[in-house]
Amino acid sequence: MIDVAHLCKDYGSYRALDDVSFHVDQGEIVGFLGPNGAGKTTTMRILAGYMPPSEGHASVAGFDVFEDSLDVRRRIGYLPESVPLYTEMSVSAYLRYAADLRRVPDRRRAIERAMEACHIAERAGDPIGKLSKGLRQRVGLAQAILHEPQVLILDEPTIGLDPRQIIEVRELIKEIGREHTVLLSTHILPEVSQTCSRVLIINEGQIVAEGTPEELTARLHGAPRVIVALRGTPGFPSAESGFSFAGALQVLGAIPGVVGVDSHGEGRYEIACAPSVDLRPELARAIVEHGWDLLELRAAGMSLEDIFLQLTTQEPAGKNPTADGKLEPEAQSTAAGDVPHA
Amino acid sequence: MRNAWIVARRELYAYFVSPIAYLVAAAFLLLSGLFFVVGAARWQDATLQPMFGSLSIVLIFLAPVLTMRLLSREQDQGTIELLLTAPVRDWEVVLGKFFSSLIYYAGTLALTGLYIPVLVLYGHPDLGTIGSGYLGLVLLGAALLALGVLSSSLTGNQIVAAVTGVVASVGLWLLDLLGSLLGDGVQQVIGYLTPSGHYYNLIDGIVDTRDLVYYLSATFLFLFLASRVLEARRWRG
Repeated sequence: MIDVAHLCKDYGSYRALDDVSFHVDQGEIVGFLGPNGAGKTTTMRILAGYMPPSEGHASVAGFDVFEDSLDVRRRIGYLPESVPLYTEMSVSAYLRYAADLRRVPDRRRAIERAMEACHIAERAGDPIGKLSKGLRQRVGLAQAILHEPQVLILDEPTIGLDPRQIIEVRELIKEIGREHTVLLSTHILPEVSQTCSRVLIINEGQIVAEGTPEELTARLHGAPRVIVALRGTPGFPSAESGFSFAGALQVLGAIPGVVGVDSHGEGRYEIACAPSVDLRPELARAIVEHGWDLLELRAAGMSLEDIFLQLTTQEPAGKNPTADGKLEPEAQSTAAGDVPHA
Repeated sequence: MRNAWIVARRELYAYFVSPIAYLVAAAFLLLSGLFFVVGAARWQDATLQPMFGSLSIVLIFLAPVLTMRLLSREQDQGTIELLLTAPVRDWEVVLGKFFSSLIYYAGTLALTGLYIPVLVLYGHPDLGTIGSGYLGLVLLGAALLALGVLSSSLTGNQIVAAVTGVVASVGLWLLDLLGSLLGDGVQQVIGYLTPSGHYYNLIDGIVDTRDLVYYLSATFLFLFLASRVLEARRWRG
């Protein structure tokens, strides 16, 4: 439904989009994830026919966004980041105008349906200037779904809403997504895992990862890792307890399924396990059997949040060497190599 | 064209809830009344010519105020994104904006028609001259409003749009002063380019195709440029 190939956009000498390619199938809800300034809005504006790309092609429902801009615009509903509202108009007058611009056949019914879906029917007569941010957002959303577009492009649809409204809007998006194709951008991570069937992570104008939220977690996770912390206070590693850091390293490394053990010092170990094996029970048993004091045992699972941070916080090499910095090249290569650009 | 009308209708609605539009109409009518009374009292003649002459100057200053909002506010408020992603062509947006200002202006101008029965009642006015004078005011208004739409397309700031519009209009109006400094050949060319000469023909009761063509082509040129500016905005983002 949406096809984007080698899309680039330059603002003067600044390249906002750099060779972005992706594909969205009919009926998919795809989340566009990235930090502010990553190129989300630019991509969406190009898809909505607001601005032409500098290079590359994009098509919506088979129509090129530049060549057949009007055909594209007829088929999309678009909610820009700053909701385009005329503050002096009432909600219903605004929606009538939007419906006229889009030549909606049964205007009255379409407006009623959209207002009901966005829960703004009771505010129909209010001037938009008097509405709260959340209500305005919903008016904008109503405007985007008025004409039952084939493709819905929503730039930060839940921004400025309170938690209850966020849930409502997400439900609404899911509902719309059953029949229509939805591309939504956000920088709120739970939103993606809750609403989207697929995620595109964009950073500095480039797609750095793509997949379902689960896939992304699994792929970028690599081998499961377990963090173990044993008590290692001075004086404690003694002969009678039979504990020494080196010994522990050996014992843990010998457990079947353990691929490697990294010592972080002070009795902390990061244990790499064979793929899709949960070794936590075995590790706990071994530690208890040796009579060691177990302080911590947890799977070092990566949330979407970790992935996002890893993919999008690119410190220039050597500038800020942190623990994250060590993981980064790995994540980068995973993103570039393992995740296929479908 | 229907899209242009949809845009125009919304803009007309915006005029009627805008204090600035009422202020412009009130100022225009107040000054026209003043010119009418002063003109009639001074020349003791059943003519609207003095009023037409003075109103052209008023129009130079008020037309940009009427149009300043049209495209600059859309850019300022981000509503331009709704228009430019709706299945509407850029020139339809510009034309709709222009029509709304022209309709509002023509409506205001129509109210000055009240003076005609007064003249008929107390004298024998030349209705043909009055008609061509009104034609002149409408055509001049159209050109100045189109110029205002153009200056409104250039900026997201209404005040800047108004000031640019006034400066451009005054500059255009006074262009023949420049012509008179530059010798005969140039003066003729510049004389054709300036709106004042064409306007004086019309209020004198001379309806010449050249004058009509001048105003219509000026209006068209400004609107064309405004839609190009809008298109250029897309490229710049």
